[in-house]
Amino acid sequence: MATQTRTTQGAPPPGGVSFSLSDPTFRSIVYQILVVGAVIAVGWFLIHNTLDNLARRSIATGYDFLGREASFGIGESLIDYSPRDTYGRAFLVGVLNTLKVSVIGIILATIIGTVVGVARLSSNWLIAKLASTYVEIIRNIPPLLQLFFWYALVSDSMPPVRQALNPLPGVFLSQRGLRVPVPAPDPVWTTMGIALVVGIAAAWGVSRWARARQARTGQPFPAGWAGLGLIIGLPILTWLAGGAPLAMDVPKLAGFNFTGGAAISPEFFAILTGLTVYTAAFIAEVVRSGIKAVNWGQTEAARALGLPGGPTLRLVILPQALRVIVPPLTSQYLNLMKNSSLALAIGYPDLVSIANTTLNQTGQAIEGVTMIMGTYLVISLSISIFMNWYNKRIALVER
Amino acid sequence: MTDNVRSVGLPDERPPSNTVGPLAWLRNNLFNTWYNAVLTVLVLALLATAIPPLFNWLVVKAHGFGADSTACRQGAGGACWGFIGEKLRFILFGTFPWEEQWRPLATIAVFIALLVASCDRRLWKPWFGLVWAAGLAVVAILMWGGVFGLTYVENTLWGGLPLTIILSVIGLAVAFPAAILLALGRRSNMPAVKVLCVTYIELIRGVPLISLLFMASVMLPLFLPNGVSIDKLLRAQIAFIMFAAAYMAEAIRGGLQAIPKGQYEAADGLGLTYWQKMRKIILPQALAISIPPLVNTFISFFKDTSLVIIIGLYDLLGTAKAALSDPSWRGFYREAYLFIGVIYWIFCFSMSKYSQKLERDLNRGHRR
Repeated sequence: MATQTRTTQGAPPPGGVSFSLSDPTFRSIVYQILVVGAVIAVGWFLIHNTLDNLARRSIATGYDFLGREASFGIGESLIDYSPRDTYGRAFLVGVLNTLKVSVIGIILATIIGTVVGVARLSSNWLIAKLASTYVEIIRNIPPLLQLFFWYALVSDSMPPVRQALNPLPGVFLSQRGLRVPVPAPDPVWTTMGIALVVGIAAAWGVSRWARARQARTGQPFPAGWAGLGLIIGLPILTWLAGGAPLAMDVPKLAGFNFTGGAAISPEFFAILTGLTVYTAAFIAEVVRSGIKAVNWGQTEAARALGLPGGPTLRLVILPQALRVIVPPLTSQYLNLMKNSSLALAIGYPDLVSIANTTLNQTGQAIEGVTMIMGTYLVISLSISIFMNWYNKRIALVER
Repeated sequence: MTDNVRSVGLPDERPPSNTVGPLAWLRNNLFNTWYNAVLTVLVLALLATAIPPLFNWLVVKAHGFGADSTACRQGAGGACWGFIGEKLRFILFGTFPWEEQWRPLATIAVFIALLVASCDRRLWKPWFGLVWAAGLAVVAILMWGGVFGLTYVENTLWGGLPLTIILSVIGLAVAFPAAILLALGRRSNMPAVKVLCVTYIELIRGVPLISLLFMASVMLPLFLPNGVSIDKLLRAQIAFIMFAAAYMAEAIRGGLQAIPKGQYEAADGLGLTYWQKMRKIILPQALAISIPPLVNTFISFFKDTSLVIIIGLYDLLGTAKAALSDPSWRGFYREAYLFIGVIYWIFCFSMSKYSQKLERDLNRGHRR
């Protein structure tokens, strides 16, 4: 019996491998050897040529250049950087800038996309039409064109620094971007940050305890409100305990530029606005299809069970809609992150732009391109892994 | 008995006034709840403040297509269509020789005719591939020239809309067969083939297109034997093909996964070989399912051709940007970007509408 099954599957007859092309197993092995051999041959050919060319142009391979002095300035950076730092540090600045614009962009695009997606389903004709006009216009225009537009809007149409617009006290809008006042440095801000983290952890603990208690005794506990109180209340208490500092660091015009306050550069504004507006249009479609995918009968059934509006949405509609929304949402997040590489075209110092400068200065083309690709692969894979984990958590548990 | 039955019907009554007519429509669609009423008023106020200035800028205060830049700069507050009038041919055709610009125009016409004809499903026959091949040959003759008395034009002079269309259409045409092989390889039973295909697809999909364009522009010359060089346009085209193949392979894989297992088993049961099975049974069904996602891939691909500006090619966006760098016309970016934005939008929007229609038509058979 066993022999019979194996023969029908095309496995070798007992007693050895048949070296005939009509044996599917043998054939498949031959094909695979041929394919792998061809790939290796092509790869060897390319590597051979590359080494040959590099030797001819006397370019050294390897990542030693990362330790050399970069000697180019970077417009904005999250960490201390000066042209005397190394290429490696410059690249790190680029990676952090990419992450900064991606994370803020993802958060903003999710909020705007959700609002627009819900608005497209609104019973208000005007709102629905407005939302779909936005989606249809934005989705069908190349993101790079939109970036150029936003960038030109700030750098060409805003007044020069001396005639900066002053829409709110302390807020200045000029060709050099936006300047806003920020709270002056004070040790209490660090403590407040710690309090916020503690508050979030405590809220999570309370919600776990409340769920366990409700499962055990049936007694509900307003865990949502308690958690919100902890998350907001703890930092406020720390702030009060720290003497409630109110001093602000207000930007002032000094010479040809502003000093003080926080700056948003035109490049950052353009890339963030462009990515957010573009991706939000796609997220709106994802959200809309997710909500529409939940059958109206689900809402009716929840009402029939006596669930009020809030819990209906939270316990019945959203868990089902999220299941449809999360996979395409993940690919939108990945797209946003990858599109942040368009920053190169408007001069925002993201990782591609810095790697580009590096490879132009050093001639290390292969290393530069592999570093760009490697970094993006790592970020992509991390987002995918996180979203897959989240998707698994909310996925339908079937019998 | 008959006296109790009315022999004449009552006159038709009009439907209640709160369910039909413009007033009822307003009430049901704009003012059905108090918050919708508030939103409607807010949106109307927003539109009332935004639309008149926009209209003024576009039409009322605008300078016509004949205006020159000094006139535009004096009478500020309106669009300067003189910029488009002056730069129209440069934006559309790039640096193609001025007297020969009917050739790129004809190229655009050929491509649009081919694309429009391809929308008709009755033409989806093998012979239509020959029509496409003939069309592409005509395009090659028109763009390069050198035969039939046409002067030879180097491809470094190509630019504008023809370049955008050529990059996307040729990229798609070459990437399509590669994508089919990749998709089949990804679902293959041979582990080595499967690993290679998965690695390729995920590697390409995990990195931005810019990095591939970089690779094509700075690494490709290193890959080739000494003395062999390929021009910039071909390098960009290779990057696009590699990129498109990975994304299209995923679209086709979706179609392959949707084919029920019974189809494979039935084909095996008939004793068909692997390629017969794929060609005659699986792919015809899988490709039909994957056409709408393929059209969507094509749309994003069409938009992505604008990235060639980064490696120094002048597609539609590149020529618009170059036109803006003319010192006498600096600052008219709104007009330039609006103009090419509309061109991109018309292409992408019509393709997305077509893809939606196709999806409805193709689903018809499955709906009961």
